[in-house]
Amino acid sequence: MRLLADRVGHRYGTTEVLRDIGIAIGGGEIVCIVGPSGCGKSTLLRMLGGLEQASEGRVLLEGEPPAGSLNPITYIFQDFALLPWRTVEGNIRLVLEDHKLGATAMRAIVDDVLERTRLKDFRAALPRQLSGGMKQRVAIARALAVRPAVMLMDEPLSALDAQTRELLMDDLVELWTRERFSACYVTHNLAEAVRLGHRVHVLSRRPGRIRETVEIDMPLAERAERAAELEAMQRHIWLVMREEARAADRELADAG
Amino acid sequence: MPDEASGPAPARAVAVREVPFRGGGFRPRTNSYVSWAVFAGLILLWEAGSRLGLISPIALPAPSQVLGALVDLARTGMLWKNLSVSLMRLGTGWVLGSILGIAVGLAIGLFTIARAALMQLTSALFAVPKIALLPLFIVWFGIGESSKIATILFGTFFPAVIATYSGVDNVDRNLIRMGQSFGLSWGSIVRKIILPGALPAILSGLRISSAIAIVLLVAAEMIGAQYGIGAYILQAGSLFAIDQLIAGVTILAVLGLLISWVIARAERRFLDWRS
Ligand SMILES: Nc1ncnc2c1ncn2[C@@H]1O[C@H](COP(=O)(O)OP(=O)(O)O)[C@@H](O)[C@H]1O
Ligand SMILES: [Mg+2]
Repeated sequence: MRLLADRVGHRYGTTEVLRDIGIAIGGGEIVCIVGPSGCGKSTLLRMLGGLEQASEGRVLLEGEPPAGSLNPITYIFQDFALLPWRTVEGNIRLVLEDHKLGATAMRAIVDDVLERTRLKDFRAALPRQLSGGMKQRVAIARALAVRPAVMLMDEPLSALDAQTRELLMDDLVELWTRERFSACYVTHNLAEAVRLGHRVHVLSRRPGRIRETVEIDMPLAERAERAAELEAMQRHIWLVMREEARAADRELADAG
Repeated sequence: MPDEASGPAPARAVAVREVPFRGGGFRPRTNSYVSWAVFAGLILLWEAGSRLGLISPIALPAPSQVLGALVDLARTGMLWKNLSVSLMRLGTGWVLGSILGIAVGLAIGLFTIARAALMQLTSALFAVPKIALLPLFIVWFGIGESSKIATILFGTFFPAVIATYSGVDNVDRNLIRMGQSFGLSWGSIVRKIILPGALPAILSGLRISSAIAIVLLVAAEMIGAQYGIGAYILQAGSLFAIDQLIAGVTILAVLGLLISWVIARAERRFLDWRS
């Protein structure tokens, strides 16, 4: 199954936020979207996930979702979006309860995703007892529970400190190596983009258009060791983005 | 340069002071021992004042006399008779008013039509002192129980409506969006995300409406009732039986304390997920 944005554009009132975006997500690849703050990255992701309607162009699904997928397009949010009144287990069950799976099947799925994200010991914990990194792991476990075909991740590591971010990036790489999930990964952090992306789309400032697309062939598992090569790629992307970021920065200041 | 190697120790021959601490205060705490001690102290002082003749028994009888009146009330069976009718009115009115209020508040919080139709109306009627409507209810429902229950119901309905819809309005939109992104049904989103998210506001609304309910109960019973704590207090007053009057007020105070204890328990039980 592939998720396609076909010449998508959007405006809020008179403000044009996105223009003529064409991207394809699928095939077990991670597509990263980077761009200056306010350029419409979150808006684009909401459209891909069917949470908002594009004012121009279409968002399309190509092919059938894989059998057994409960929620083909699944989100991971920057602020985790866990229900504070439910335990880790309860938060995972929340997204399964509507599917009438039966007690044993549900239990098996919960056990499985807790195992895969190494959260078994935190089953009964409430979100307020967890660190930011653990909360995002719970959100990842919840997303895995519905067997997504495409994961939409909106700055999933941006609310975390630098060390936790490193740890979670390693976790994501490991997870991807095992599961080969497809994802659209939005970030403003170029280091994340070159560590996780098979393809990186660089957006311009508002209205966001695709300025450049960078393909990164290096296997994800090798990237931690080949930091120097990544550094060069990150530099290149930054050079493309720098003027846009500077202009966007000034624009925001003007808008007050 | 031996001085440099000495590190963080203060240099000699220079005046040295500690940095004054200025971060204290602004953090009041409760202490149940102190609360009870103040309570007991006041009653003791009052008793002593009465015994020493500093407080006139006509104006304010001693706590021991009030206790006597309470014991009398219990022995003659009138305590239970008055209390049971009052509790019945209070319970029926408050429970019905709250249930209806939560239902309407939820509708205002969820549906555009209900919001457009009812929000302004609610704000307008919320401000009307409900006791002013008792005569109307007496005309409609007669002097019996219905008019008193209707007054309490009406008085507790509006705070419940307002607390509920503002609670719903303040539920984290991101959580609702999360529910939608996982394809939860509308009913699941309301039951599992919106209602629990609005519960803190609903419970604090119930706390306010319970106080309103007691005020309306007493007022309604003073206007037209044979039995009930309000009727008892009114009767005591007209007979200048101040000890009985204060006994009645004491019962109301205990009732108020009990209700707020029950709500505090409910908050601890249902809102333990808050830090
Ligand atoms: N619901 C909305 N109504 C009006 N303007 C919005 C709304 N959501 C986002 N915007 C505006 O659209 C632009 C892009 O927002 P967003 O997609 O969140 O950017 P990014 O995620 O790239 O930082 C911003 O200028 C923002 O102010
Ligand atoms: Mg964003």
